[in-house]
Amino acid sequence: MPGLEDLYREIILDHYRNPRNRGELPTPPAVRVEGFNPLCGDEIVVFLDVADDRVQDLRIGGQGCSISQSSASMMSAAVKGKTVAEARATIRAFKSLMSIHEQRLDGADDDGAGAGAGGPSVPEPEVKLGDLEALQGVVRFPVRIKCATLSWNTLAQGLDEAQETSATPS
Amino acid sequence: MALDVELVKKDFPILDQLVHGHRIVYLDSASSSQKPAAVLDAMQQLYETTYANVHRGVYSIAEESTRLYEEARTKVAAFLGAASTREVIFTKNVTEAINLVAYSWGRSNLGPGDAVLLTEMEHHANLVPWLQLKAERGIELRYLGVDGDGQLILDDLEQLVAGVKLVGLTLVSNVLGTLNPVAEVARVAHAAGALVLVDGAQYTPHFTTRVAELGCDFYGFTAHKMLGPTGIGCLWARESLLEAMPIFLGGGEMIRDVRLDGFTANELPWKFEAGTPPIAEAVGLGAAIDYLLAVGMADVRAHEIELTRYAMESLHERHGDDIRIFGPPDAEKRGGVLSFAYKDIHPHDISQVLDEVGVCVRAGHHCAKPLMRRLGVGATARASLYLYNDEADVDALSSALTSADRLFS
Ligand SMILES: Cc1ncc(COP(=O)(O)O)c(C=O)c1O
Repeated sequence: MPGLEDLYREIILDHYRNPRNRGELPTPPAVRVEGFNPLCGDEIVVFLDVADDRVQDLRIGGQGCSISQSSASMMSAAVKGKTVAEARATIRAFKSLMSIHEQRLDGADDDGAGAGAGGPSVPEPEVKLGDLEALQGVVRFPVRIKCATLSWNTLAQGLDEAQETSATPS
Repeated sequence: MALDVELVKKDFPILDQLVHGHRIVYLDSASSSQKPAAVLDAMQQLYETTYANVHRGVYSIAEESTRLYEEARTKVAAFLGAASTREVIFTKNVTEAINLVAYSWGRSNLGPGDAVLLTEMEHHANLVPWLQLKAERGIELRYLGVDGDGQLILDDLEQLVAGVKLVGLTLVSNVLGTLNPVAEVARVAHAAGALVLVDGAQYTPHFTTRVAELGCDFYGFTAHKMLGPTGIGCLWARESLLEAMPIFLGGGEMIRDVRLDGFTANELPWKFEAGTPPIAEAVGLGAAIDYLLAVGMADVRAHEIELTRYAMESLHERHGDDIRIFGPPDAEKRGGVLSFAYKDIHPHDISQVLDEVGVCVRAGHHCAKPLMRRLGVGATARASLYLYNDEADVDALSSALTSADRLFS
């Protein structure tokens, strides 16, 4: 049986105690997206400022358990300053890390919720997840996977909305 | 304390299991209880000796199977203080019992503008069926509020109940433990011409249930929370009321005659039991009732009060202001359901750390999202007590909370 140390790695607890990029951004120009975990009532709010095809800034709000909060914090650090394409690749790589299937033949999103990633499913060998790999232990606690992926699904939705907004000429 | 927990624990095979090398400290009986060997044996025995479909065959094991199924109904009728077995309808669980009322009675008695009065502390099982009728038929829903101690606010009961056709409420809250004054509510409701539906899911496992004294018109419970198996529950209602209600699900069992141009419904109680029923589950429920009666419901309740009091006192003593237990402070006026917040550690994390030492508590919204909003929390951790729990179980919970604190602070 997996032990607690597989789940609560020090880096995760650090992000939980000292969350990065917490707060809000003015909307517009930022978009604001909310994600809910209907099972436990956790909610995540992502403020996302996308310009010139790049995540210029993002902030995280809402409340949840250590796994959902630290995952959101690490996510914010990982995608801030990245191009939209890089951010989407990171989402795909993270979701694939969270997949309970050991063997993955494609990088497809089997959760469905992050469908905003779009495009053909290709493996993401170049994406370096770094600290995020610490969340891998979550896979051994299946009920907590939804906690870890909540902010990522919300980010995917935010990227879609931000791109739609910029696609419509004002 | 008349109840010997040491002996009781021995009757529950699962309590011998180890989790992460620790004995199971099962504190989630409000979600579903564990099962004594007597229940498991009764079901196994049926399958191994006399199992066949009921109400069909004339061969002897079919007759025996039918006899055992109907004997379970007799046990339930006695356990509830029902006037006859015709008042006892087997359902899948209490959720289906409430849906039966909403579909059958509700759809023949409620139309646009008709009102149903519920409470803010209902389980989703006693909210969604009525919300469906609101969406479908435009019925009006009213709610009794909950105060800071987790008690129903009854000051406005008379105004709220005026013009209402049904009052639906839980007898014991699955989040707060509150024991609601159902008989009092029923008196006011009946004076206003309303029927009363009671969700007994958290009550029947712990108290002597007397439907007549409660003064309700519909009563539902679910077997898996009272030492019985999953897959069976019950709706009780007076015969005259059930007679007047149209059928719910259609199929075999529930008919007297079927022609190609119509059918005649069976008599009570089978009129509401379409299809092959949960036969072994009924036998298991009967065995659970026998077990509870042998222990004695008065002792089950006395043990619950005593252990609830010990839990509230010892948790407060050890953790002071770090723990906040929701619901009524007086153990006599509540069930053994203890929802709590501990420091600002999320319930998911609490539950996970407790699991490491074998302590099983629930974390989440407990299927009562409107109540969670009222309490101003997204989720709580919940420890719930039953006859196989003792002070050592409570102490294990209390110590494990200290470990959670060390990890997250
Ligand atoms: C008060 C209350 N009502 C209804 C239910 C639903 O029970 P079941 O899922 O067995 O239908 C529960 C338990 O989950 C409950 O605690």
